[in-house]
Amino acid sequence: MNALTIAPGAPVLEAQSLRREYRMGDERVVAVQDVSLSIAAGEYAAIVGPSGCGKSTLLNLLGVIDRPTTGSVRIAGRQVESLSDAEATRFRLLHVGFVFQRFYLMPALSALENVELPMSEAGMARAERRARASELLGYVGLGKRERHRPSRLSGGEQQRVAVARALANRPSLLLADEPTGELDARTGTEMIALLERLSADGTTIVVVTHDEKLARATRRVVHMLDGRVERDEPVR
Amino acid sequence: MLAVLGVAVSAAMLLDMVMLATGMRQSLRSLLLSRGFQLRVAPKGTLPFDTEATLDSTSALAARLRANPDVVSVSPVLGGHVHVRPRSGDGAALTSVALGVESTVQGDYELLNGGDATADDALVVNDAFLAASHRRIGDSLTVAVDYDPQLRAYAGTRLMRLTGRARFLYLAAGQRAVAMPLATLQSLGGAARADRSSLVMVRAREGADVERTRLWIERTFPRSAAISTETAMRQVDERLSYFRQLAFILGSVSLIVGFLLVTTLVTVSVNERLGEIAVLRAIGVARHRVVTQIVLEGVAIMTVATPLGLALGLMTARWLNGILAAFPGLPEAIDFFLFQPSAAWASLGMLAVSGVLAGVYPSWRGASQPIATTLRQEAIG
Ligand SMILES: Nc1ncnc2c1ncn2[C@@H]1O[C@H](COP(=O)(O)OP(=O)(O)OP(=O)(O)O)[C@@H](O)[C@H]1O
Ligand SMILES: [Mg+2]
Repeated sequence: MNALTIAPGAPVLEAQSLRREYRMGDERVVAVQDVSLSIAAGEYAAIVGPSGCGKSTLLNLLGVIDRPTTGSVRIAGRQVESLSDAEATRFRLLHVGFVFQRFYLMPALSALENVELPMSEAGMARAERRARASELLGYVGLGKRERHRPSRLSGGEQQRVAVARALANRPSLLLADEPTGELDARTGTEMIALLERLSADGTTIVVVTHDEKLARATRRVVHMLDGRVERDEPVR
Repeated sequence: MLAVLGVAVSAAMLLDMVMLATGMRQSLRSLLLSRGFQLRVAPKGTLPFDTEATLDSTSALAARLRANPDVVSVSPVLGGHVHVRPRSGDGAALTSVALGVESTVQGDYELLNGGDATADDALVVNDAFLAASHRRIGDSLTVAVDYDPQLRAYAGTRLMRLTGRARFLYLAAGQRAVAMPLATLQSLGGAARADRSSLVMVRAREGADVERTRLWIERTFPRSAAISTETAMRQVDERLSYFRQLAFILGSVSLIVGFLLVTTLVTVSVNERLGEIAVLRAIGVARHRVVTQIVLEGVAIMTVATPLGLALGLMTARWLNGILAAFPGLPEAIDFFLFQPSAAWASLGMLAVSGVLAGVYPSWRGASQPIATTLRQEAIG
């Protein structure tokens, strides 16, 4: 619903002069600085760079998990850097989908219930969210595993449940931090294919990755170094 | 699982202490009221049976009492001791508590079998007496009172028939006891006991103002004191306050132990799941929902532990009661630990409240960790 309200090509996300510092005692660590970035609707971008260059920090700023020291972030037309904690939580629930390196499904819930969780939090009626969760699990190829607990699913399957969960509330933006980081080559390839399919179906995606293959599968690669954007180029 | 057991033990302890704090008082009260006598008239300056002091002119006193429209029944009791020879020849004489009662209105014993002490020479005895004297219902035996060591003789003796077996409400379990008609015990003692009684129990009409009746008795019979169940309870309360303080302190301690246990449990479980919590927060689950969820898990532990604790508490209480009941000199019917649903509910309620409170802080703290930092630490760890 949110994705549909934004015309393809219009910016879903606009970051202006982002800076994020961490204070460690007397020292100041600058994790991200001078980053301005615009992501258009339907875009599929990768953020790459050496370890510690600030990729995860940037992604957290873009996803309203973290707040910039200075600078601003605008998502789906909404200024988000100054939202209160409760507002930011609500915003993430409705507008941003997250996939993490460690899948982090709720161990006590079935695959279906894990996907339902954000929808129930958003107040969607039971029957409706059941149906949508089921549909999403079908989409990621796990239609037959709805009842299974995460512990009975392989890593690749768990990550696909996590993708389905991230899509539950039809976010404007899907953010993934090393989505193939814990997967072996084969399941990693499957995950890349799934993300490509999502992108082809119109989802706006930003991934942080070390994975060459994943980066090459995207349309745009943002290279970071020492907290700054060093290069930003389309994938040929 | 161990955690559940720990909480159960502290619940059991709490329940026992609540039972102890209220139980003795309650069971004493119901014991005093068990036969419906709300008032006891005794010689002034004594507690019933505390001394050898007696009331004189008992029949006149009883008649005056009966004449009061608020009085339903009057039961004079004379207490003393009797001696009997055991059956097997010339072993030492056996001493037993003796009560002279009017069997139709008495409130001192419960007849278990046989006939009541209606005839002049009828004797109702308890099991301890039967066992020590090797007698059976139907046997005849000579009872004697007031052995005089100088004269080497008893002041009075009488051949009596053992008609019934009874449980004496106000006596300790192992104590030997016999009951006979009041007139018989009085006449056994000769002139010194004629028309005497140790105590007169009075049952007031239902709806009557017991306190007013009590005051009337004290005014009418200046040499006697009337004690109502309420005044007796007040005296008992004073004597038991030490007990209740102890129970209160131990109960509080077990509540605190339970509280700390749940806090520790929830803290450990939250620390184990910081990553999970951070992800829930990241995908947009509100903080209070995360807290509620974790607290509910704590409540679930409590829910499992509480019935266990209840069972454990009741078992311990019964066991301790058994030990304490063997205390010499205590009426058999006194319970130190009395199970009252209200006590169970009270301890349950306290436990539930403290369980929730114990869970709230650590889960709130866990749900308030900065999400990005937690995720990062989890990814490294
Ligand atoms: N919570 C924090 N406290 C202090 N310093 C931090 C914190 N988070 C990140 N940093 C620092 O900020 C810099 C960027 O960290 P970040 O996690 O964004 O890097 P990254 O590019 O994601 O690295 P990786 O590829 O290893 O995941 C690092 O130097 C890191 O030590
Ligand atoms: Mg990272």
